[in-house]
Order: sequence, then C-alpha cells, then structure tokens
Amino acid sequence: MEELSGQNLNACNQCLKCTAGCSFVDNMDLLPNQVIRCIQLGQEDEVMKSKTPWLCASCFTCVTRCPKGVDLSRIMEAIRTLLLRQGKEHINLSGSEFKLPADAPQQLFVSGSRKLSG
Amino acid sequence: MAENNSDKNIVYYPGCTLHTWAKSLSDTFIESFKKLDINLHELSDWSCCQAVFPLARDNIMGLVPAARILIQAREHGDILTTLCSFCFNVLRRTNNAIQTDGEIRAKLNAYLEEDYTGDVHVLHPLEILKVMVGFDKLKSKVTKPCGNIKIGPYYGCQLIRPPKEMKFDDPEDPKLLDMFLESIGCEVVNFPFKVECCGSYQIVQGEDMVADRAYAILSNARKNGAEAIALSCPLCFYNLDTRQNLITQKYTDFSPMPVFYFTELMGMALGIDEGLCGFDKHKVDPGILLESLQKSSDTQEHVTVKNDQNKLGVN
Amino acid sequence: MKKSRVGVFVCHCGHNIARAIDIKSVMEKIRKYPGVAHVEDYIYLCADPGQKIVADKIKDKNLDAIVIANCSPNLHEKTFRDLVESVNMNRFKCEIANIREQCSWPHDQEREKATLKSVKIIESVIEKVKQNQELEPIRVPLTKKALVIGGGIAGIQAALDIANGGFKVILLERRATIGGKMAQLSETFPTLDCPQCIMTPKMVAVAKHENITLMTYSALESLEGYVGNFTVKIREKAKYVDWDKCVGCGDCTEKCPAKVDSEFDAKLSKRKAIYRDFPQAVPNKFVIDAEHCIKLTKGKCGVCEKICPAKAIKYDDKDEIIEEKIGAVIVATGFDLFGLEKVGEYGYGKYKDVIDGLQFERILAASGPTGGKVERPSDGKTPKDVVFIQCVGSRDPEFGMPYCSSICCMYTAKQAMLFKHAVPEGQPYIFCMDIRSTGKGYEEFVQRAVEEDGVVYLRGRVSKIYQDDDKIMVWGADMASGKKVEIPADLVVLSTAIVPAEGIKDLASKLRITTDEYGFLKEAHLKLQPVETLTSGIFIAGTAQSPKDITDTVAQASAAASKIMALFSSKEYIRSPTIARVDEDVCKGCGICVNACTYSAIELDTIKKISKVNEALCEGCGACAAVCPSGAMQQKNYTKKQLLDMISVATEDYDKG
Repeated sequence: MEELSGQNLNACNQCLKCTAGCSFVDNMDLLPNQVIRCIQLGQEDEVMKSKTPWLCASCFTCVTRCPKGVDLSRIMEAIRTLLLRQGKEHINLSGSEFKLPADAPQQLFVSGSRKLSG
Repeated sequence: MAENNSDKNIVYYPGCTLHTWAKSLSDTFIESFKKLDINLHELSDWSCCQAVFPLARDNIMGLVPAARILIQAREHGDILTTLCSFCFNVLRRTNNAIQTDGEIRAKLNAYLEEDYTGDVHVLHPLEILKVMVGFDKLKSKVTKPCGNIKIGPYYGCQLIRPPKEMKFDDPEDPKLLDMFLESIGCEVVNFPFKVECCGSYQIVQGEDMVADRAYAILSNARKNGAEAIALSCPLCFYNLDTRQNLITQKYTDFSPMPVFYFTELMGMALGIDEGLCGFDKHKVDPGILLESLQKSSDTQEHVTVKNDQNKLGVN
Repeated sequence: MKKSRVGVFVCHCGHNIARAIDIKSVMEKIRKYPGVAHVEDYIYLCADPGQKIVADKIKDKNLDAIVIANCSPNLHEKTFRDLVESVNMNRFKCEIANIREQCSWPHDQEREKATLKSVKIIESVIEKVKQNQELEPIRVPLTKKALVIGGGIAGIQAALDIANGGFKVILLERRATIGGKMAQLSETFPTLDCPQCIMTPKMVAVAKHENITLMTYSALESLEGYVGNFTVKIREKAKYVDWDKCVGCGDCTEKCPAKVDSEFDAKLSKRKAIYRDFPQAVPNKFVIDAEHCIKLTKGKCGVCEKICPAKAIKYDDKDEIIEEKIGAVIVATGFDLFGLEKVGEYGYGKYKDVIDGLQFERILAASGPTGGKVERPSDGKTPKDVVFIQCVGSRDPEFGMPYCSSICCMYTAKQAMLFKHAVPEGQPYIFCMDIRSTGKGYEEFVQRAVEEDGVVYLRGRVSKIYQDDDKIMVWGADMASGKKVEIPADLVVLSTAIVPAEGIKDLASKLRITTDEYGFLKEAHLKLQPVETLTSGIFIAGTAQSPKDITDTVAQASAAASKIMALFSSKEYIRSPTIARVDEDVCKGCGICVNACTYSAIELDTIKKISKVNEALCEGCGACAAVCPSGAMQQKNYTKKQLLDMISVATEDYDKG
C-alpha cells in the first residue's frame, strides 16, 4: 500500500486534521485517520472491507492541510486500486442494476466509473 | 503580455461534457474570448482525459490520455486551456508530474509516440484573463455590467487542490474568481464554504450525501449575503443546480438559489447573444435575478428571490 | 632529526566507534606505521581510567607525541592536551584523529570501508603530529566588561548575575524599555505569579545597579576583535525626547493625535506616536516613533513640544554611534510568533475573534487593554465558549517548523484556567496533539485545570475555522470518541509556534556565530556546551537558542553569566598559538594576504616590504597561508608541508585504486 500510494505511512502522527476537515465522515465506518491507523497496526483487512475508501471523493482537502505532508487521497486510491485489481468493483456503473441519473453530465459517469468500477 | 496576444494561439480542449451537457459553458467562453480578441484553437479529434488524475503510483497508463492531449496541443500552440475543473486538474497535474518527476516522465514516454517533457503551459481561462488580458482590460470591455447582483464565487476542489501541484491560488481563500466577478461588475460575497466539496460523483452512491453537501454550501453562501453562485465546473453545476431539487425535498427551510457558470456572466457582461447562455437549461430559473439586474439596480427587488418560490421553477 | 616515538590511543566510544570499525585491525595497521612506538585501545578513553592509561604510557614508553583516535576535537581536544601537559609533554604534541563524527557515524553500514578510512585518518594525523612544533599559548589582556544583547527576562537575569559578580555589564535592548515578552504576560505557570510581582523588581534592580549600563532603544552595529578584547559599535536610535530631561509624566502621550497599533498590547489597543510601552517601563521614558509622528513625517503638529513641562522634546534628534570595549557577549534576543496568516484554514487576520496566545495574555492581564476583563475583540462581549488550539505551526514540517514550541501546552492550560477563573460560567476547550508537561509541578497544574476548572481537552488538530453569524465555527476531531467535532465558539485562541526574533540572522552574522536551520542560535554542543557558541567569548541564552519557558530561560541566562564570570576571573586570556607566521626571508610584500584576512590582523611593513601578523588579532583561520603565492605565510602546526603530507598519506591507498 505504501508502494502504490508513494506515501510514508509512518509519517502520520494521528493528529486527526484529515478527519476534522473531511466532508464525508458522517457516512464513513472508519474515519480517515483510522484508515491510516489500521494500516499502521497491520490491520489491512479492516481497511479492505471498509466503506471509507469508496466514500472518499478525492477532494484533496486532507492533502492540502496535512501537517506532515501525507497524501491521504493517494492512500485511499491505493486501497481502491488493490480491490479493483482483485475484480472487486464497488458499483458496476455499466451493469444493469445501476441506473445513472438521466440528467447527469458525461463527466459524472466517467469520473464515477473510473473511481468506483476501475 | 496583454498586447500582441491576438497572434498567439491558445489551444482549447473542450472535453467530454462541454459540447453537449455543459454547452453554455463552452459557447459563452468561446464568444466572450472572441470579444476579447483572443484566438482560440479548438482541438479536433480529441480523446477523453479520464476525468480523474490517477493517484496510484504505478498507474502510468492512466496518464497516457492526458499526455497525448498535451502533445496534440503542442502542435498548435504552447498554451492549453480547458474549462471543466476535472479536465483542468488532470491536465495540469499530468503536465506537472512530467515536468517534476523524472521516473514518471521516463516511464510515460515509453508509451508515447512522441517524447514529451512538459513544455505546454496548462492555463485555466481565469488565469488567462488575469495574466494575458488583465482584469482592468476586461472591465473596460464590459458593455452590460452585472449591476449589483450579489454573487458567491464557488471554487470547489479540483480547480485549487492539491495546491502544491495546481498552484492555482490560495487553497483556503482563493480570489481569482472573486477578482473576475468584480471586474464584470458583480458584487462579490466571500463565503467560507467556497472551497468545500460539492459531493462530486458521489451522487451515484447516495443522493443524500450530495444533497447535504450542496445544502451546506448554498446555505453558507446565502447566509453571507449571496443571491446566486458562480462556478466553473459542470459537475459542481450538476450537484448545485440540476439536483437542487434534492435539497428542497430534504430541507424544508431551503429556498432555491440560482447558479451560473462564470462564462455565462462574462458573456452577458460583454454583450454576447444571450441565447448562448442556455438559461433555459438551468434548473433553478435565474430569470428573475437577471431581469431585476437588467432593469435598474436602484431597488433591491431581486433580494426577494428566495421568498418567491413559485416563480423559481425548481423541478 | 630525532626519530619520533608516537603513541596512538584508539577509543571505542562504547559502541559508537567499535560497532562500525574493526578496531583490532586498525591497531595492527597503525602499529606498523613509521614512528609509532605504542598503540593501545580502551572502551572510553575520556573517562578517568582511559586518561590514566594515556598518562602512564607517555611516561613508561617515553613517548614524545600522541594521537588520540576518538571523537571530534571540539569535545575532547582540550581534555587530552591538559592531560599531556600534566605529564610534561607540550600540549601541541597531542592531536586528535576524529574517527567518530568523520568515520564511524556516517559509515555505520560499511565496516570494511570505515575501517580503512579510520586507518587513513589516524595515519595522516600521525604524520601531522610528528612535524608539530612545541608551542606556548599566547596570553592577552582581558576587558572585564560584558555586553548582554536583549532586555527580556534572559538578558535581565544574565546582566544582574554578572553585575552582582562584580563585573561591568552593558544591557542592550532595541525597544525603549526592558521587560521583553515576559512583561506582556498575564500570570505565569505553574505558580500563577504575575510578571508585575516577580519581574518588575528585577527591572528596577537593573536600572539601579551600579555595574549595569542600560542602553535601550539601541542595537548592535558591529563587533570586532576577539574574546576578551572586543570592540563594539552600538547604534543609539534617535528618541526625539531628551531622556535627561524627560520625567515620564505622560502629558505628551495624552495629547498626541497620531494613533498606532500597540506592540505591547499585541495590536489589541492603540498607542500614540509619542509613547512608552507600559507605565512600569524601565527606564520610565518616552520616545517618538518617527514613522508615525505627524511632525516628523509632515512637518505639522508639534503638540508634544508645546505641552512637555520638562522641555524634553527634540525633533532634530539623530542616531548616535557609541563605541565600547568589552570582553564577552551574551545574546538573548528572544522570540517572535510565527506569522499566522499563513495558516489560511484558521482565518487569523480575517476573523477578529481568532487571536493568538500573546493577544489572549493581554486580554487576561490586569495591565491589558481591558484591565483583565475577558472581552472578545470584535464586539467586547464576554465569550462563553472559548476554543484553544495547540501546535499551530509547531510540529508542522509543511510550514517548516517540525519542532515543538515547548511552552504552548503549559500556557494554554494556564490561559484556559485563568479564563475559567475570570468567567466562571464559561467553557474552555483545548484541541491538542498531546500534553507536554514535564517541568516541576507542571503535570499537577494541568490536572488541576482539568479536574477543578473543567477544562475539556480534545485530542486532535482543527481543520477549519470560519465565522458563522457571531460565532466562530471550529471543525476539529476528538480521538477518544472517534468523532469529528464542530464547536460554535465565541473566541478562538491559537497557540502559535515560536520563531526566532526578527533580525536574528543579521545579528548572528555580525557576531560571527551560526544559526540552525530554523534560525535559532546554534550552541557549541547541544548537551555539553548549551550556552557557548563556536566563537569564543560569545554566549547565548533563552529562546534565541530554542523555545523554552521562563524557568529554563532564567537557568540558561545564569549559566551564560557564570561562564563569563569564570572567563573574567582569570588575569588574562589564553589564546591558541596556532596562528599565522611570516618567513621574512621569503616574503616579497605583495600584500595579497592583507586583503584575505577578515580580522585585519596583517599589516604591510612598507619599509621592509614584508607582511606582519598581529598576534593578538590573528584567529588562525589560515586564509592568508592559502593565498600566499611564495609560501612565506604559514600557519603554525598547519604548515603547507604538514598538510600536503597528511593528504598524501590519507589518499595513497585510494590512489592505487
């Protein structure tokens, strides 16, 4: 995960600034800082089954404010990438179960499918 | 630099959404730049930029489409511009990665037909207006100033972050869109949520999440005095305007707020054909605001928009 | 030439050297080196038994020179030179081969290469010591007068200690009054003493002390010379008030029409263009701020001149340069707060009710703009929910300050406690990374704030602050509950990172001392010489060296003072004789060395047409020897031949590839 994200996870000193500024924490089962914490503790399983990486919208607020220069958005992407490469899509946007809003811009479909379906 | 820009080609990359869904964003931009005597060369036969910058270190393939666009642009000029914040983020970050990261540059060039070292400048139209045109000159070209319409400039995420790579503006209190709006005669309302995320593509996972974000942003803008929002990204427009009905359904205290692309306001101010603005495509009808604007601004009538829900057809 | 009998002693330095270097093989090689009469190793050569081995072997083996292979000469050159002197060997026949800082530490993972390199280092030093001359130290007279730069608590304490020791002191301060940051504080942790009670008496003592010359509104212009014999130039800034006449009545300030943000009240109040920082100022005199005075900028006004009963106003006052001879310097220039505007997400400077720790000190202080009543800056309301945020800028490498500012945990606890005492219905919240309360009585103090005053600590950083109607919204997180937290506060206090005082780099270069990567003054050795600098005769104290609280600042100031008193207690100062020497038969008097010398220690004798070295001024830097085209200029015990021989010995094996 460190290799894929290019981030030194030991640099995170769990100050929680990422969590404090994240727009989506209300929907998350693991807080952003807890995602890093789990990896620090070797509990990658927890992270791989968490909803949190899928809820991260790559808004880069945490990256902008992290005092230690840790790019959490890249860590979230590393987790998604590992899952997607195992064939575990979060939402199959082109599948029959999913109905894209008819009034949506192409941009929504492209970005959403790249992040959530690989 | 403000002079002689008529012989300098600026290459325009429209991307997937601009000719169809966000047609007015593109049309008003092209027409406005004509009025400002800036030559745009629109790329033909372009491919998708992939919309999101690949964040996994080994995803070199993910950078190839953007790099190809940059190479294609190089044939026509040394400045590439694009309107959609997602495209802008992808193109600028890709260019930056090629310029600053030797490992990425080497790996990427192995996939490319031509070598590319990052020599194209990726500029946002707002940057072009500031640096190449100058806001003073823009102001002098305004024929129909926007009156005293109180606009909240909304930046969102992809335009400004991550700041180390985007180098667009102050990431916590950006001012470029503010300065632009001032120069076309708007009354700018600074609001703290101008850099908060609108929810992006997450509407596919749950409408509530996006409704909450949009509600927070628009309410915060209104609380600080804004009557409308100006922005630059089609997806932000979708979440804040097209799906504003989600907010009205969930939050009974919310009354609609018109949303504009910044280029629509620029077009109006420069006196282009109003039909290009595509206001009929806006879900929150900006009509009343615009009418009161164009009458005289001596009455504060348009402030009552928020109490006048019947006329603002939110569907 | 007599055959040398060099003794080589190799130190293990515990594991520090022995871990990276194969000491046995080093000794085997050195034993075979020409002129080596004895080789021995020991685990800690600098310890008593180690020193005894060296002393005994010099006598037993009839050694005429020794090489100690250990750590940097900064640490133990003096130790071993004193030792050899005690057994009647000339101190310059002892040399250090640094195989720790220059070998074992940087080459920790390359045992074979490190071993070879240490052999080469030792052999080259053997080559040097064999050619060393026996020299006698140079004795120079001492000016037993100290200069203390900075009139905060560090400078005040140091000046009083030196003066009480019977030596003369000049105390230099750039503001018009002494007192520094401590004078601005409300009360001090953990005893809750107010500075007015514990500091003002010291300020008065400074003013009254017969051994102290107080020079405020003054700054160092230049420093020349060397330890014991410095010449300084001090710029006494134009005050536009004749201090011999000014009685400090304050009539002038009352009527002055020009208003300026008060530095003393951290911009929370206005002062006038003619002002003193606070009524207890020492000296209790006024100055005119030329930048804002209407008379001095526009030629109009002149109210103060008309009103002053003592006729002290002097609009034509000029800066004066004063020259003084001194023997030693203490630099105690203190700290500033980091520019909070850079932390965009906290909105400092944008929202009036987001303030820094020093501003809250002024709000709490009885001497402050509100007379100690807790009122927030925007509307004067008494705040109820106050959020304190620690580590703003500190421990934040992204802002270039990875260090801990050391005092914030404690002053924040104190401020929260004092707020609660002043506003019993209020609620203080503190966002922290952790609580660092390691001083005497500190942890008990924090616990008192929590248990008795109900201060709520939340472990987490704050991500965003913004104005929402008349509340300041704070977005933070709380690790214990695992939740994002949103607090609508009435006032937010940022515990801001400490940075060195403005102008420190400029001052450091005037004094020929160094600063660290953050601009704090660099000590000679962090652990063992914390108040010395690498320039002898210049000492440091207080927050100019690193962030620290008043307790540590005072202790360090007294330490620096005692170093100076030890220096001044000798009759004369003993200088190293390894200085430049001219071979008068070779010198052609070209004068290149004169220009190369930064200490003005070389003069050209125009009659003899040769260069002459002033032994009192020469620092032994070697610049003249390096530029001399004829080789006439040589540095004693660092002659050209010695250096070239050292280089060829050090590189010969590498040359062979």
